[in-house]
Formats: sequence, structure tokens, C-alpha cells
Amino acid sequence: MFSKVNSGGLRGIEGYLVQVEADVSRGLPGFHMVGYLAGEVKEAEDRVRTALRNAGFALPAMKVTLNLSPADIRKEGTGFDLPIAIAVLASYGVVRRQSLTGIALIGELGLDGTVKPVRGILSMVLALEELGIRRCFLPAGNLEEGLVVQNMEICAAHNLQQVVGCLAAPGSVQVETGTKSQETEEIPVYPVDFKEINGQLLMRRATEIAVAGQHNILYMGPPGSGKSMVAQRVPTIMPSMTFQEQLEVTKVHSICGMLPPGRALVRSRPFRAPHHSISSVALVGGGRIPTPGEISMATRGVLFLDELPEFPKSTLELLRQPLEEHRIVISRAQGSYEFPAHFMIVVALNCCPCGYFPDRNRCSCTQVQVQKYLNRISGPLLDRLDICVEAAPVTYGEMRECADNEPSAVIRKRVEEARRIQRERFADTGIFSNSEMSIRDIRIYCRLEEEEERFLKQTYQKMQMSARGCNKILKVARTIADLDGAERIRCSHLSEALGYRELNGKYWGRR
Amino acid sequence: MDEKQYLYCLMRTGFLGAVAIRKIYEYFQSFSGIFNIEERELKESRLLKERQLRLFLEWKSRYQSCLEEYKRLSARGILFVSMLDEAYPSRLLGIYDHPAALFVKGTLPEDAPMVAIVGARGCSAYGEQLAEEYARVLASEGVGIVSGLALGIDGAAHRGALRGGGKTYGVLGCGVNVCYPSANYRLYESMMEQGAVISEFPPDVQPKANHFPMRNRIISGMADVVLVVEARERSGSLITAELGLEQGREIFALPGRVTDHLSRGCNLLIQQGAHMAISPNDILEYLGVKYQKKLILSEKNIKRLAKKEKMVYSCLDFIPKHMDEIVKESGLGVSECMAVLLELELGGYVYRTAGQYYGKRM
Repeated sequence: MFSKVNSGGLRGIEGYLVQVEADVSRGLPGFHMVGYLAGEVKEAEDRVRTALRNAGFALPAMKVTLNLSPADIRKEGTGFDLPIAIAVLASYGVVRRQSLTGIALIGELGLDGTVKPVRGILSMVLALEELGIRRCFLPAGNLEEGLVVQNMEICAAHNLQQVVGCLAAPGSVQVETGTKSQETEEIPVYPVDFKEINGQLLMRRATEIAVAGQHNILYMGPPGSGKSMVAQRVPTIMPSMTFQEQLEVTKVHSICGMLPPGRALVRSRPFRAPHHSISSVALVGGGRIPTPGEISMATRGVLFLDELPEFPKSTLELLRQPLEEHRIVISRAQGSYEFPAHFMIVVALNCCPCGYFPDRNRCSCTQVQVQKYLNRISGPLLDRLDICVEAAPVTYGEMRECADNEPSAVIRKRVEEARRIQRERFADTGIFSNSEMSIRDIRIYCRLEEEEERFLKQTYQKMQMSARGCNKILKVARTIADLDGAERIRCSHLSEALGYRELNGKYWGRR
Repeated sequence: MDEKQYLYCLMRTGFLGAVAIRKIYEYFQSFSGIFNIEERELKESRLLKERQLRLFLEWKSRYQSCLEEYKRLSARGILFVSMLDEAYPSRLLGIYDHPAALFVKGTLPEDAPMVAIVGARGCSAYGEQLAEEYARVLASEGVGIVSGLALGIDGAAHRGALRGGGKTYGVLGCGVNVCYPSANYRLYESMMEQGAVISEFPPDVQPKANHFPMRNRIISGMADVVLVVEARERSGSLITAELGLEQGREIFALPGRVTDHLSRGCNLLIQQGAHMAISPNDILEYLGVKYQKKLILSEKNIKRLAKKEKMVYSCLDFIPKHMDEIVKESGLGVSECMAVLLELELGGYVYRTAGQYYGKRM
């Protein structure tokens, strides 16, 4: 007898509908699975057979054929165990076939028949919901995640017998509907706060500007000056994520198996700080069957690269395209996979190999050494860092002080206001923040009055700036003006932006 | 054939030092003599050590190519000045191990007073600024500035001299047609117009670590006075000062804070009896050069600055300070402070090291 069960598969970060078709017929007894299956899916045979027996279903030996359709997409993951088991039971007539219409099942089986959580639930359920499926059996461990999706009835699957029982008597099933998670607009809680940063007035201010305009930022300074500390707190002053952003982040985290159990949506902005020994694939994503890399896990949050010169240049070069396009496309023979990469990049580095320049009592690096050290940074990446700021060495007093510093929440208010101004300005232009402005946009939105134009021209000539450097200054000045609530860019905004100008390879106090 | 050709050949060997070549000259009263005597005779003269003798005999068979090279020198714009020439710097002749000849690109100094300015390569922004200022003032009074065209203090001294419109001479540790370090290429180019680059090493010789102590004796040897701007203890600059002392040159040092490692060498020299160079005038006075006005190193005239700018300026120092400190001392906000500092920077009152460190400009 033939039966059919709906389930979900993953392709990149998007889910798709998989139909598990089972047929039981007379012939040489055996279990045959087809449908372009990866290794772990093929292994389902043993898990399912044993789980069925241990769950108390004694099935006569017959020829069982299974097909996972569409048969031309490679199936991966362990979420097909449960639908395979149910499809087999339906083919044997243990489960009524009618009870399977309009529902989907996802879950991994243990040998005793328990249902275990799997990765990527959110993406799959979202895809199923779009196709009109209204009821889902999900592993109990993934319940919260599934509840994020609206218009979907979620049943928690604990073990095989319970699922079969639920299917037999649909009325008695305990169903939860995914609406509750979105309503509560709770503010994300971070374990760190800007309150804990003493001093570093310049870094604070520069960070605020960077976040307000989504500018990438570079911190430079001696070891222990608080570069990483400030970087960790960047997400805390970013505006809270919209529901769509939360979905995007949760999808990626779910696929990477980083969603904490019992958690529905990721509400706090991600902060990813990969070590400099990271491989290219781990950074941007990849593999034979592509999986998201650090840049995708940092989407809508912060990618922090500490000790930037230690990163291999070739690895950093890979960041160029995602930084422009806010996504990464990985192409393989089976097709291309797209992952989001809408992150803000924060980098930190020492001033010189020993780290103590310009304190000449501690640093005796020569100019050549410093140049060599700084030259290790990829130039194109440096071009994409709009704000460069140097950290001051911290004194003991500053370190031990329990000062009443401005907390993240207050800074976030100002940032949110600046972002609102930007959203209104860029409505219907396809960009959302000042850092994304193209040269054409800069002409339109960073128009200068006569006085400012003169000031910029004078500075441009005196400081031997590059055209690119000048555009960066204009973008940052726009953000400073937005923070100020000013309609047009004034000289004071320009001059502050000039203060954060790039390190153009002339770090060593040249005049 | 010209005697200088043979001298060139001797210098080209690479294994005969300045003193050896001089002894050869004194023995034969010519440079060509050594090429014309029998092997046995040369052995008996005991002019050359055993190793040198072996190398020399081997080399002698193919010295003809050097003669060809010598002919091409002038076409390459390189002067070859031997110790017998008028143009050879007279001060240099006075030292024991003066080079038998110099390779020069540019014009050698005439009888003007000369000051050698030396110091650390990895100097502070403060030291660099002072080196430039001292060189500028001295050069504008007609004093020639000698240094080593290295990074740091050396380069700053040359730059200052060029700015002061004077003459400046760079002594290299490689051939004169090789620019090392290449970062100083622009300096190297402009020095040929306003002075010269000089070397005792034949053209195309690449820089080697052992060349630099050798060229230091020429730096001090060419000058009347050696000025040490910033030097650590046990540094190359102190070796130059030592050499200068042996050659009978007067040593001047720039005093610094006793806690600064980079001033330790200078302070040590002063302790041992070097002159303190509190202003460039001290050196001019020693040299007997008449100068127009007494110059005291101090801040710029800030009368024309606005009130806020004056206030921020007063928070600054010649040693660069971090923005945070300036913000705290001035009591202004970060953005306001930055605007004022940029104004000061554009006005030439303040300089910024590429991070957010600001210092007063001299």
C-alpha cells in the first residue's frame, strides 16, 4: 500500500517541502530508500526500523520502498526519521492515511522511539507555512522555535507512540499556535554594557557615530586599552532588531545549531569574534554542501576581527564582496546558495608589532617594522573602514574607578533617532544607512553650502586627501549631522569627521 | 694611465680597507705601483696580510674590467674624488682612517662650517620635530648639515636643512646610486640639488650591516660639530659621537627628560662633558657664525587665535598627547575639541600623528 507524508528539507538557509513516499508490497523483504540522499539520511533505515520495533510496532517482513521527493535535490540532515517512520506505518495501515493530509512532520528518532531536536526548524516551518500546510509535528525541543511562525499549529512530538496516538485521535492533541512569541516586544538583554567603560571618551563617541550610520570602524591602540571591551559592547547600542531581522538571524543560527534549547527567536544582535587562525571557508561559509560562515552568523550584528594584521590577507580579501552586497553567494555544482551577510565590521589592532607606540620608552619598533606590520592589512578592506580611532593607554585610576558612565540604553536612544532620520531620508531608495550611500547618493544627500564647500576644499588640498577619503568624510559627516539632528552638514560636522580619517599608510608621525 | 683609475680598482676589490689603501700609497707613492711589481716583491714588502695577498693576486688577473667601469662613472653622474684632489673635504683628511676616495652625486661642500646631526631611527615625534628645526635654523645661517639619510632623526635633519634653503650632505652605507632606505627617495633626489650624497663604497654596492658603522666615521669626520638629538643607551648614534670625539670634533647633545629612554644617550653624553644644545644658537656661537637674532625655541605666536583655540592650544605639549587627555583638560566635548584641533592643525599650530595624538608644532 502506498502512503505519503510531508516534511521539510534545507537548502542554504531556506527550507523546502519534501514528500516522503512509502510503499509496502510483497516481494523480497527489505528497506529500499531513494531520492538523492546524503549519508545520514540513508542511515535513517536502521534508526527507523529499530525505533519502530522498540516502540512496540511489530510489522510483518515485506518489501518497503521509500522515495524522498523532489528526487533531484540532495537531502541532508536527520529530520526525515520521523516522517519516514510515519509513512511506513501508514503504508502498513497502522496509521490512517487520511490523517496525514495537510500536516507535516520533522524530527530525528532515537532507537527507543524518542523524537530529538534538529537544526533549521524555523526555515523549514516558514517554507511549509507558505505552501499552505497548517499543522506541524516538531520535536519537543524545537517547539519554541516553531512557534515563531504565525498561522501554524504546532504539536510537540515526544516519541513515536505519542505521535501515532495523536494522529489516530486528532481531537485530543494538544496544539499550540505560533503567535505568542512575536507579541512580546521585549528589549534584548546583553551581558555587557557601556556603563563599564571608564574614560575612552573618543572611542565612545566614535563608536556611537559608527553605529548610528552603520559605518565600519577600526580601533587602534596599545594592548589592554579596552579595544575589545568597547567592541563587545557595540551590539548593545545598536537599535533593537525588527521581527524580520530576528527571523533572519534565527534562521542562520538554527541551521548552524547554535540556537540555545528552549529559545525561540534570537533577539540580541549577534557578536562574532573569530580567532585570526580562521580559515576562509569558516569565515565566509562554504563546504561541499555550503553552510553559513562567521559573516553570516554575524548578520544584523557585529563581526569583530581582533589583531587584524594577524589575519591572512587572502582571508580578508573575501570580505570585500559581502561588505558591498550584504550577502554571500556560494556556488557549487548542484547550484548556488545564498546566505545573508548584513553585518557591521569592527576591527582592532595594535599600533606596531610590540603594541606600545608612540610610547617610546616601551616601544623601540622602527618605522620599517611598523610599516610592514600595517601593510599586512588588506588595502581594500581598509578602504571600507570609515572611522579610525586610536585608544588612549589606560591609567590605573581610570581602570579602577567606578564612575557613573553613560549606559548603553541612553546611547542607543540617540542611535535609534539617527537611524530613524536615515530611514526616512532613504525611504524607497533601497538603502537604509549612511554607510551604504553610493557616490551618486553622496551628491544628493551630502550637499554642502558655500562655506562648507570652501572649508572642505581647503582641507582637501592641505591634507592631500584622496577622492575616496573625501567621500568617506562626507558620509561620516552626514551621520554626525544626523546625530546632531541637523538638516545640513556644517563645518563642525566635517571637522569631526576629519578627525576620524583613515590611516593612509602614514601612521608614523609624519608632517 | 691615470692614477685614479688604479685607486678605483683598489677600492673595487672590496677586501682592502681605507687604511690598507693608504699604506699602499705611502709605500709606492702611487696607486699603480702595486699592479706593476712581482709577486715575490709584494710578499717581501709585507704590505698585505696573507689572505689579502692571495685574494689580490687572484683579483689582479681580471682588474681590467674595473678600468672600463671607471670610465663609465662620469656618464652616470658620479664624481670620483680621491684624497689627492683639491675637492676632497679637508676636515676628512685629518682623520686617521679617512677613505682614499669618495663617490659623490651632487656637489661637495666648500669651506663652510659643517654640523653632523645624528640620532635614533625609531625616534619620537618630538625628536623628529627638533631635529628638523635645528637643521633648518643652522642651514639657513649657511651651515652645512651632514647626516646618514636614515629614517628618523637623520631624515628629519636633511628635511630641515632643505627647508632652510641650505646645503645638506648624506653619507650612505651603500653605493651612491642606491637609495637606502627607499622610503627616503624624495629626500635623496632633492639632496643632489642642494648638496650631495656621498659614499666610500663604489656604485651598485648594496647596503650591509657592517657598512653603517664605517660610514659613521665619515659623518663625524666631515663635520666640525656632532649634534646628537635623540639616542638610546648603547646606540649607533653614541658610536658616532664617540668617533667624533676621537677625531677631535665638538659634541653637542639635546637634553631630555631623564625618564625618556630616547634621551638617555644624550643625557649621558652631557654628563660626560658634551655641550648642551639648548637652542641652535649655541652651536652657531661655537662655530663663530654670526646670526641675526637670538632664537629661543618656544611655541608659536598665538595672539591671533580665537579664545577657544587658545585654550585648547594651552592644553597641548610638544610631546603629542592623546585626544582623551586634551578633552579632559580643556573640558570641551569630543566633537568640539576635534573641530578646534583641526582648525589649529590647518593653521600650522598643531600636528597630528596619524592616530588621535596631537602635539604643538615648533
